[in-house]
Amino acid sequence: MIEVKNLTKSFDGNTILHDVSATFYTGKTNLIIGQSGSGKTVLMKSIVGLVTPEKGEILYDGRDFLKMNASQVKDLRKEIGMLFQGSALFDSETVLGNVMFPLTMFTDMTRGEILDRARFCLERVNLQGAEKKFPSEISGGMQKRVAIARAIALNPKYLFCDEPNSGLDPRTSILIDELLHDITHEYGITTIINTHDMNSVLGIGENIIFINKGYREWVGDKERIFTTTNEALNDFVFATRLFQKVKHYIVSESHKEK
Amino acid sequence: MIIQSSLSQLGSYCLFIAKAFSIPDKWKVFFKRTVQEVSKLGVDSIPLVIVISVFIGAVCTIQMKLNTSNPLMPAYSVGLATRDIVLLEFSNSILCLILAGKVGSNIASEIGTMRVTEQIDALDIMGVNSVNYLVLPKIVAFVGFMPVLSVFCIGTSILGGYLVTIFTDLISTARYTYGIQAFFNEWYVWYGLIKSLVFAYIIASVASFFGYYVKGGALQVGKASTNAVVSSSILILLFDVILTKLLLQ
Repeated sequence: MIEVKNLTKSFDGNTILHDVSATFYTGKTNLIIGQSGSGKTVLMKSIVGLVTPEKGEILYDGRDFLKMNASQVKDLRKEIGMLFQGSALFDSETVLGNVMFPLTMFTDMTRGEILDRARFCLERVNLQGAEKKFPSEISGGMQKRVAIARAIALNPKYLFCDEPNSGLDPRTSILIDELLHDITHEYGITTIINTHDMNSVLGIGENIIFINKGYREWVGDKERIFTTTNEALNDFVFATRLFQKVKHYIVSESHKEK
Repeated sequence: MIIQSSLSQLGSYCLFIAKAFSIPDKWKVFFKRTVQEVSKLGVDSIPLVIVISVFIGAVCTIQMKLNTSNPLMPAYSVGLATRDIVLLEFSNSILCLILAGKVGSNIASEIGTMRVTEQIDALDIMGVNSVNYLVLPKIVAFVGFMPVLSVFCIGTSILGGYLVTIFTDLISTARYTYGIQAFFNEWYVWYGLIKSLVFAYIIASVASFFGYYVKGGALQVGKASTNAVVSSSILILLFDVILTKLLLQ
């Protein structure tokens, strides 16, 4: 479990996060949602340590991240996997080389063991046969899957995903969402997904934190989101006619059941 | 304002270098990467060094002959002057200015692209010291291989002059060969090699620094690459003066 308490972050006097508090649960897909520029990426970057907040606490299973020394941070990082928006695969390495990288750097496994583990991770994301290809030779969806395989190679306790569906077609997006959901439950990982894809919100949102203009505006799950009275959240989630119809249908169906 | 920003950048550079020269996370990975960088930055530069050196050596010989046509000057002075120009300046300062363009822009754009595509963030998140992992092998490889390039440059420049004596009748081969060997000062070789080591360090570290701190996209990577070449060229010229004063006086 990761707890964030009263997190505040500014850039050049402009406050991006205002006293944000949130809890991200183990074994659940935790979603941070919000409009572009709302502060959700800054929140995620603060949690993983790419940005240092001015105020607040970040607790990884009770361990205060902001009070850790360099060696403790280094140890904690081995428990973290991250999937970047652009996949961030190493161009000079093959697909297999990318997945082997964290294993080579941080374990004392033999080359054979590393190969076995890397191949297992690639199989887990259904990418057998692409081992020898370079990132530039595979599709965006495949790149995301390689990035997921690399992120889970060291059996992380915490998995961070920054807009995992950006630039993907709806069908591939659903596959990535399902993969993240399955991996989270299979390995009992605390997964935090930063997204503004409403299919993801309504598909795998087990714990949703809505950030609006730097404030934590709403917390709930995918079922509660249909009945929320929060105006900003309704404007954001049900912005398209399709989702307005979906909401209308689901609400009317629930009334009929009652 | 300029002084303040220069001092701030110097401070950032010192911190960057301190991070780069920390102990590698895994020595095996460090050695593997260093060998790859030797191939990419050093061995791949050999053809360029050879082509440039042969032509510059030939031009030096022709210029010396045409500009020192004086009965009081011995004929072998053409070979002697060509050798000393190559040893004292061309094989280190001029060569490194040329390599700042090739190697410096290569390093800055490679690291800069890794920055804008979040590959460096990915390394940091994994707990890898990204500066050490990316930069130290480049510095070690290029500084380590620079004397080889410098020696190649000396050899092929003198060969360029030698070809002039064969294919033209400006100067006889015997006199050129005599001039190459006359009044040889061994320290000039060491002086040139010491300078080339310092310049190689400047190229690799300054280009890495500019690449590592890129913010933005492709346009900024291009700018960083240009800034890296300009800054390392100026620093090479500055240190050329300092080292010449220190080592030759």
